[in-house]
Amino acid sequence: MALSRIWVHAEALEGKVATITLELLAKARELGDTVEAFYGGADADAIAATLGAHGASKVFATGDLAGALQGPPVASALAAKIEGGDAPDLILFGTTPDGRDIAGRLSVKLDRSLLTNNTDIALDGDNIVVTAPIFGGTTMVQTTFTGPGPHLVLARPKSFVAEETGGGAAAVEALAVPDLGSTGGATVTNRHIEEATGPKLDEAAVVVSGGRGLGEAGNYQLIEDLAKLLKAAPGASRAIVDAGWVPYSYQVGQTGKVVKPTVYIAAGISGATQHLVGMKGSKNIIAINKDEEAPIFGVADLGIVGDVHKVLPKLIEALKARG
Amino acid sequence: MNVVVTVKQIPDPAEPGALDPDNTLKRDGKLILDEADSYGVEVGLQLVDKAGSGEVTLVSVAPNGEVSGLRTALAMGAAKAILVSDEAIAGSSSLSTAKILAAAIKRVEGADLVLTAVEASDGYTGTVAAQLAELLGLPSVTFAKHIEVDGSTVKVQRQTEGGYDEVEVALPALVSVTAGVVEPRYPSFKGIMAAKSKPVDQLTVADLGLDAGQVGWAGAGQQITGATPAEERAAGEKIVDEGDAHEKIVAFLDQLKVI
Repeated sequence: MALSRIWVHAEALEGKVATITLELLAKARELGDTVEAFYGGADADAIAATLGAHGASKVFATGDLAGALQGPPVASALAAKIEGGDAPDLILFGTTPDGRDIAGRLSVKLDRSLLTNNTDIALDGDNIVVTAPIFGGTTMVQTTFTGPGPHLVLARPKSFVAEETGGGAAAVEALAVPDLGSTGGATVTNRHIEEATGPKLDEAAVVVSGGRGLGEAGNYQLIEDLAKLLKAAPGASRAIVDAGWVPYSYQVGQTGKVVKPTVYIAAGISGATQHLVGMKGSKNIIAINKDEEAPIFGVADLGIVGDVHKVLPKLIEALKARG
Repeated sequence: MNVVVTVKQIPDPAEPGALDPDNTLKRDGKLILDEADSYGVEVGLQLVDKAGSGEVTLVSVAPNGEVSGLRTALAMGAAKAILVSDEAIAGSSSLSTAKILAAAIKRVEGADLVLTAVEASDGYTGTVAAQLAELLGLPSVTFAKHIEVDGSTVKVQRQTEGGYDEVEVALPALVSVTAGVVEPRYPSFKGIMAAKSKPVDQLTVADLGLDAGQVGWAGAGQQITGATPAEERAAGEKIVDEGDAHEKIVAFLDQLKVI
């Protein structure tokens, strides 16, 4: 069985399609016959080739939103299209800020429940069955929809593998935005990019993350130095992001980025479930923590019970010595 | 300035979570204020303080009349609370939960700002904020890491995948806040004593004019079909650093051919 039509929320930053979008497109192709994307923004022409190469035949685009956040305009536009009789069986979103905003508002407009945080989506006959991790990923829950579609599903980044199909550019079609009434009006006045230079956190083969065990903000330099030597991306636990040591874009975990590198090094991170959810899928995990009872050791292939202030400088010296 | 803050009372995250036979979260132990909501409470208190007038009203949903988490937020300084408590609520989807919260919030007169967490620490669907805003007909800014009110405009720094956006919206509006937006205060002894006599208006789903078929399992529009233990990741070697642990790490990285 396959669904006949699936829509995928396309996200892009500065003309580059987000990895989560490509992952969703790959899954949508597996589940459905026709896969189409929708996009809230002006530069749909710039991303149509990439979307097409990953299996989207069309992209419905709102055009310039004049700085408005995507939630109200995109949800209203989709609801109008669906209520006009042009509806898919399934709509896929990433569990991202904009994905949640649109899906949440759309669920109200269509009066449909939605299912979030999923790491798998499958078909059981005609039923869509999704899987989501709970309790920090120790239990997997399967849920299905009982009401009519279109069904709304949000998936966690890194759940599926992006794959090109070699298709031509997606055809760009206009997606009309109705009057938003009292729900419009939140407007972006300025954008700030705070990503670290070097490899991207969710794409790097090696990730080096630091946590509270570093003691103070200045010691994060040890993480940066080690990351540079390993051509790795520097990451962080939620605790030190909340404390303001590093920007949110560094955060690994449930509320941050999901990473699955070849090697993940956790330095001074205890391993709250919040964090484990974001890095447990790494192929190899090295943990350094002075508390031998720290939960992080439960998932570490190599666990070092020790002081990060002693181990990290020696590790950095040893790597430098190797040249 | 009148602020409504939605708060959830959850099982202590420090205890291992468990499911009841019907696959709802086991909630029969003591429930506490979700830490994720303490940030919204603190933001609300600070905004009211700065405005020089108004109050913070808490709105919560719980199946069993639980108030201990609400008392914590009242002890921080919130003026009053509405608790929707009804057995019919068990099994509610995020949409049903948002419908209940929206109906309760509509009873608060003159609310200028509704604050929520980005997501609860137990269920983390992370969609109730947007659903609630849509139901209330409000504009919303989610993922706020900084918030200030300037006259009738809310200015928010909103976290994005690559950094943050500065976003402005006119009141009334809904804002969802991240952990780290402010440092929540600890309730003082005086606050704890005062909280005991603060009003908690306890309502049922019927009191809100909602049909029981719209909430709980009946109105969820979804059904849990299975819950299974995840494949466990086995722990590997654990050594105590004797001054040479870095050599072990180098050898490990070498063997994986990443250096």
